[in-house]
Amino acid sequence: MAQQLTAKEPTAAQIAEQKIYKQFGVSDEEYAKVCGFLGRQPNYVEIGVFSVMWSEHCSYKNSKPVLRKFPTTGPRVLMGPGEGAGVVDIGDNQAVVFKIESHNHPSAIEPFQGAATGVGGIIRDIFSMGARPIAVLNSLRFGRLENERVKYLFEHVVAGIAGYGNCIGIPTVGGEVMFDESYEGNPLVNAMCVGIIDHDKIQKGVAKGIGNPVFYVGPATGRDGIHGATFASEELTEESEAKRPAVQVGDPFMEKLVLEACIELINSGIVIGIQDMGAAGLTCSSSEMASKAGNGMVLYLDRVPQREEGMTAYEMMLSESQERMLFVVEPDKEEQAKEIFTRWGLICENVGNVTEDGMLTLIHHGEKVAEIPVTALVDECPVYNKPSQVPAYYVQNANVDVSAYAEVDDLNGALKKILASPTVASKEWIYNQYDYMVRTSTAVGPGSDAAVVTIRGTRKALAMTTDCNGRYVYLDPKVGGAIAVAEAARNIVCSGGQPLAITDNLNFGSPEKPEIFWQLEQSADGITEACLALDTPVIGGNVSLYNENAKGAIYPTPVIGMVGLIHDIDHITTQGFKNSGDVVFLLGETKVELGGSELQKVWYGVTEGRPPSIDLAAEGKLQQALLAAIQGGLVASAHDCAEGGVAVALVESAISGKFGVSVNLQTSLRADQALFSESQSRVVVSVAPANEAAFAALMAEHGVPCQTIGAVGAKAERTAEGTRVVGGAEVTITVNGAEAISLPLAEVETTWKDAIPCLMQ
Amino acid sequence: MNFAVLVFPGSNCDIDCYKAVEDTIGQPVDFIWHTATDLSKYDAIIVPGGFSYGDYLRCGAISRFAPVMNEVIKAAQAGKFVLGICNGFQILLESGLLPGAMLRNRSLKFRCHSSLLRVENNTTPFTVDYEAGEVIDIPIAHGEGNYYCDEETLARLHSNKQIVFRYAHENPNGSLDDIAGICNEHGNVVGMMPHPERAVHQLLGSEDGKRMFTSVLKVWRERHGATVNS
Repeated sequence: MAQQLTAKEPTAAQIAEQKIYKQFGVSDEEYAKVCGFLGRQPNYVEIGVFSVMWSEHCSYKNSKPVLRKFPTTGPRVLMGPGEGAGVVDIGDNQAVVFKIESHNHPSAIEPFQGAATGVGGIIRDIFSMGARPIAVLNSLRFGRLENERVKYLFEHVVAGIAGYGNCIGIPTVGGEVMFDESYEGNPLVNAMCVGIIDHDKIQKGVAKGIGNPVFYVGPATGRDGIHGATFASEELTEESEAKRPAVQVGDPFMEKLVLEACIELINSGIVIGIQDMGAAGLTCSSSEMASKAGNGMVLYLDRVPQREEGMTAYEMMLSESQERMLFVVEPDKEEQAKEIFTRWGLICENVGNVTEDGMLTLIHHGEKVAEIPVTALVDECPVYNKPSQVPAYYVQNANVDVSAYAEVDDLNGALKKILASPTVASKEWIYNQYDYMVRTSTAVGPGSDAAVVTIRGTRKALAMTTDCNGRYVYLDPKVGGAIAVAEAARNIVCSGGQPLAITDNLNFGSPEKPEIFWQLEQSADGITEACLALDTPVIGGNVSLYNENAKGAIYPTPVIGMVGLIHDIDHITTQGFKNSGDVVFLLGETKVELGGSELQKVWYGVTEGRPPSIDLAAEGKLQQALLAAIQGGLVASAHDCAEGGVAVALVESAISGKFGVSVNLQTSLRADQALFSESQSRVVVSVAPANEAAFAALMAEHGVPCQTIGAVGAKAERTAEGTRVVGGAEVTITVNGAEAISLPLAEVETTWKDAIPCLMQ
Repeated sequence: MNFAVLVFPGSNCDIDCYKAVEDTIGQPVDFIWHTATDLSKYDAIIVPGGFSYGDYLRCGAISRFAPVMNEVIKAAQAGKFVLGICNGFQILLESGLLPGAMLRNRSLKFRCHSSLLRVENNTTPFTVDYEAGEVIDIPIAHGEGNYYCDEETLARLHSNKQIVFRYAHENPNGSLDDIAGICNEHGNVVGMMPHPERAVHQLLGSEDGKRMFTSVLKVWRERHGATVNS
């Protein structure tokens, strides 16, 4: 068997002699294992199939030992990691389905299509579960916006996300973006999708029933994205530009049709198994579906719809052409299935059958071109326990005393500098390009702590957010990992939701470097601890390693995507102040914690020391107490203190609500520390005067530190359009009675809102 | 009163329009596939927003050839009510039911946010429940909403009072004469870039779009002498 189909393809013997497998990222030991599984040397198609299935992107061979630590179960978890996306019960026979995924490498060389297909891929993961996608979010990282290449990447990544999400008609409701030189040349583009499903409609990617036909649906297969998974599993270099053909091209219109048709197919009740063709395309979907059912599969490649002439088996199996799905039905349901796809104008081809031999068998031009045990592809990939080592920078950072920094002599100037930092500045320039309102369920759009999407026909809503501060994780991966989870949960609670579960996207450098692997291990430990403490299991995720550029690894960035349940739409809470005269509270304790802070970066020009500490028990108490207060109707606004500390939180609540604010911070710290420290587990809350006592009592009852710091000021005068403040409101902050910040709201708003547009002009 | 919401491949505000009819006036409403050849049962037709056929060509340029559009033209000629929103407006322009054309937004970027409109003509079937000159808050979400027509057409739009909505303050797309929505000479066909179906509940940020639906129901009832329906 195993005939060579074109003269260009090397023979099995040549692959062995010339070690051609190494070009595909397969090591000598892995190659020997492949030979063992096959009982012979693999041909070109087979080694190609193995190489993508055994890439880090598909197999998690380097990260598995770390991922095993995550808590993945809980009373609400209906499906944990392993399928397209995790599923969590939200009552009334409904469930929420969500997952996050990265498209970093493609976006680094082709930002528009890289980002667009990242969105397309994650949406397919959600509807392949049978769920109706209701929202997408993202988490983005770029270098400094002063750099022209970074501007180009930023502009086109945003356009790519907008282009795909807007066209397919799923609102982009939220996300986060940070800028730091560590991401120069290797931006991060993580996309998350959230869907809703009834319990009885949940699908699995299983190829059950010997002899059942296997269908291919979606556009024809082309030569795009070949070896995308392999490409995603190596470092970016100057030669990466040559791998542009490994980047797929998105067609959101096609995906809209595939989405509607697949949901119709699933609702018809005839689907046995369905899975999208994502990374490693036809190879991964076919072998995983067979493996999950303990079966095999034969594919007749001549029947695979092809966009280009003369495609080889190798090309078809490794293509990552987008918007394609694979599904299995019983033989007598074939016509019914085809009818649905015909109505939507889509190709639906019978390309193979479920077999009982446990083999993935490929037939092309009447010849058997590959025969591989599916278990070898899916379950037998070697798992590596990489060596880990504490990095020197971490040891050195223990000696940094951030409390010894020279005191900031211009607090107004420092505040404005922080507000103008693209990481903190308004992201309106970005999200005004996203349709965040389509589906008319977006109760809170981008720009608040968490986005809120209502569920039609119920009083429920879902709060959703993405979070991670890579600087904290860099300075202490364990603490930083825990903070990412804690902050995500805090955002959900501030919006009135009960945190349910997380999906994680572990973006790291090369695991071959022991210091990087240490970051990965440590941050997974931190995430695990926080998930256990806050009762938010991990229901799925994605790992993106080898994020490096010429200068080294990116900051370790384990992005947390979290969804929470708002039990009643009356609990929906936003960060903007609501009424002049409302009492402003600061929950939590402020310490001298400037490591990894925005102040440290923009004022002192460094990222060093240790990040803020996190007490997960205190965090849990804070969240419980605040949620109880919100549910009890005591809270007018709530906003988590994050980058830029309490000063920035106050300004954002003021701008968002278009009210001034006047507070005094009573503290033993220096004014600059009190204003800009990024201590965790803190929230700025405003409360109507009538509820002040009840709120304070509730916090005391839960043992949450709670300080009355001032009051919401005058309502701002606005432009006719209502979008900009022109006067009438001030932001005044004193520290121990002494003036610290005194600025017109119009001025801070201008600084905050114009920063990114100015840089992008 | 019977409503039809058209569905083209790539329509994505179809469900929102359907829900808006249900939630604002509770009238019977059906989704109508782009291949339909009979709309005689319907009193009002909504051509919803979205990206029909991906908008890979000029927006609406392919949809105008859908079989259902012949029926929409017939219905418009028969005096039935037709509302095109966003991509639906673009389709009505392409099909010749309304004059003019769309250019890309002056910023060359898609823009999505709330926008203030001034009601310039409150005598169309879709606007009778508004005050003339009233400023209302209805969001936009489009990349090609920069309305354009020649001078002659613009003069006609003025003299016939065919400009239904103008952007009240900031013009988000550079449209000629700040035009946000227009109607045909008889007033029974209205096209607009902003999305009234996205402004029907306080939770969505505005309820100002509701009255477009109550308006058309009121006019239909007046014309049919009906006081109660369904």
